Amino acid sequence: MTDQRARGLFYRSLPSPFLATVALVLVGLIIENSTNAYTQDVVLWIFTNIILAVSLNLVSGFTGQFSLGHAGFMAVGAYLSAWCSLRPEFQALPDPLRFTLLPAIGGLGAAAAGYIVGLPSLRLRGDYLAIVTLGFGEIIRVTLLNTEAVGGARGLNRIPATEGWLEIGLSPYLAQFSIASFWTVLTITALWRIVHSQKGRIFLSVREDEIAAEAMGVNVTQAKVRAFVISAFFAGVGGSLFAHSVKYLSPATFSFTKSVDIIIMIVLGGMGSFTGSVIAAIFITLIPEFVLRPVQEITKVDLRMVIYSLILILFMIMRPAGLLGTREWNDFAWVKRLQLILSRLLNREAKDDSSNTPSPSEVS
Amino acid sequence: MNDEILLEAKKVGMEFGGLKAVDGFDLQLRRGELVGLIGPNGAGKTTCFNCLTGVYKPTSGEVIIRGVNIRGLKTYEVSRLGMTRTFQNIRLFKELSVLDNVIVAGLQHARQTVMDDVLRHPRHYVEEARMRERALELLRIFKLDIKSDQPSSSLPYGEQRRLEIVRALATEPRIILLDEPAAGMNDKETEDLMHLIAQIRRDFRLTVLLIEHDMRLVMGICERIVVLDHGCIISQGTPANIKSDPAVIAAYLGVDEKSAEVT
Ligand SMILES: Nc1ncnc2c1ncn2[C@@H]1O[C@H](COP(=O)(O)OP(=O)(O)O)[C@@H](O)[C@H]1O
Ligand SMILES: [Mg+2]
Repeated sequence: MTDQRARGLFYRSLPSPFLATVALVLVGLIIENSTNAYTQDVVLWIFTNIILAVSLNLVSGFTGQFSLGHAGFMAVGAYLSAWCSLRPEFQALPDPLRFTLLPAIGGLGAAAAGYIVGLPSLRLRGDYLAIVTLGFGEIIRVTLLNTEAVGGARGLNRIPATEGWLEIGLSPYLAQFSIASFWTVLTITALWRIVHSQKGRIFLSVREDEIAAEAMGVNVTQAKVRAFVISAFFAGVGGSLFAHSVKYLSPATFSFTKSVDIIIMIVLGGMGSFTGSVIAAIFITLIPEFVLRPVQEITKVDLRMVIYSLILILFMIMRPAGLLGTREWNDFAWVKRLQLILSRLLNREAKDDSSNTPSPSEVS
Repeated sequence: MNDEILLEAKKVGMEFGGLKAVDGFDLQLRRGELVGLIGPNGAGKTTCFNCLTGVYKPTSGEVIIRGVNIRGLKTYEVSRLGMTRTFQNIRLFKELSVLDNVIVAGLQHARQTVMDDVLRHPRHYVEEARMRERALELLRIFKLDIKSDQPSSSLPYGEQRRLEIVRALATEPRIILLDEPAAGMNDKETEDLMHLIAQIRRDFRLTVLLIEHDMRLVMGICERIVVLDHGCIISQGTPANIKSDPAVIAAYLGVDEKSAEVT
């Protein structure tokens, strides 16, 4: 490939993440003006859950390492970000910028935790790794429970959130929504591009066969640590967004059950499919709030967990590989046809239509 | 220069809870040689490979590859010394495409970073194209390029075996160890494969160690053969010498009469 053509592809890959963010912000504008405050909050949780699900999928779905400690990484990010936002030193930065950067700090803290957990435990496999990650999540929770600086068992109250940028007409909610959109798009773009590149194939090879991967010169331990660090970083980002949208943190939120919730999302969506994780995260956030809660109000019995579990069991019987298996949105024939038609309309070669998410066969 | 020793095993032994699977295994592979390692089933051939490649830590003895003692090295580090292998029980990356199987093996020579991939830096596209081209070139030699987009698990058995060899070649090895590459193939396929092995050895200037339990197959292409039985070397030499060695015939007669009908 010529340098010129490579540069062309590079320029062409730039706009899509920005366009996606802008499109999401427009959706946020509609939601702000057409729904109540409660619905608006739920919509924000969707972003957090999408980030948590796709980041766990990198480790479990793509690299094949079963982790039960994702809520632990989320907790590190949430608490670190909340704690920083309460420090006077941090108030120096202007508001929207401050809250845009906080997730990065939460993410870095969580990534450090991911590295520390990763190094000694990644020689373990399967059940043993699951137990170690489970233990890690509990250690984080108990540590938070006993750290007075972050409120201990009482939790951390009055966590600030962005107040928007009223001079340019950005309301607090829309600002929060935009920050969440930005980080969600960034997470998905980064993870997608990592997995859909030749180097990202290393993660897949580790999932497929560790012994063969090693024999082909793949440093399997390093690959696993990398997967854990990248995944933990984004879990921390998700935790930070969570902290500033619910504005209250308690160690109990980050129990083992939270990790299981995230696992359910990636299993339902399909291990090894980011698209599936996104869809599952959306539905699993919405269904308890907008379907199960009204049902409970009518019947006056709390059947939520029963119905929820039943849906899960039925789903796993009917679609054991999850909603999409390992397929992504652009693996479907009708999407491919649509892309082809679109690119013809735009009078370009079909091959050149590599947006931010080129399929592997298009990366030529 | 031609006698440079690329691989040397000195008194390698491997015990599994009292069972001596390999005992006092000595071997010297010189540059460019094609050596056959034969022996009846259960003789310890695969265990030898695992010791040579660092999958098993030998319970005794030393392995030196291109001047480096591999004691304490991880399998991937041994592989990066320029020695790679195929597996008797095929170990492809099943859900990855044929092409990706080959690309993964070449990744240690990739020049882009994770950041290049995330930013879709021009370097990313250049490297993607380069690795893809290289992988396709290798696949073409083994006539697998037309199937490059299929999942590797969908290939017929014989092609999976060939793909394992392509994947091994993609690491750009100097030494390649093939563990029963013809297992499960019919006579015609086996003969083609043996010619192919001889050909890549020439074209890639490889040093080859080839395991085969059916000794007729290797007679044609190996210039030297080592015979293993019950973990010990019972004979070695040219195919002609091996064929008429009573110890070899006895070993094969004891296990499998058909394979012994070579004389
Ligand atoms: N991981 C292991 N644990 C215990 N015994 C083993 C192991 N690997 C091989 N063996 C034993 O070592 C002997 C040699 O096996 P192997 O090297 O696979 O033979 P070959 O490849 O020549 O058919 C056999 O008796 C086998 O049962
Ligand atoms: Mg064997």
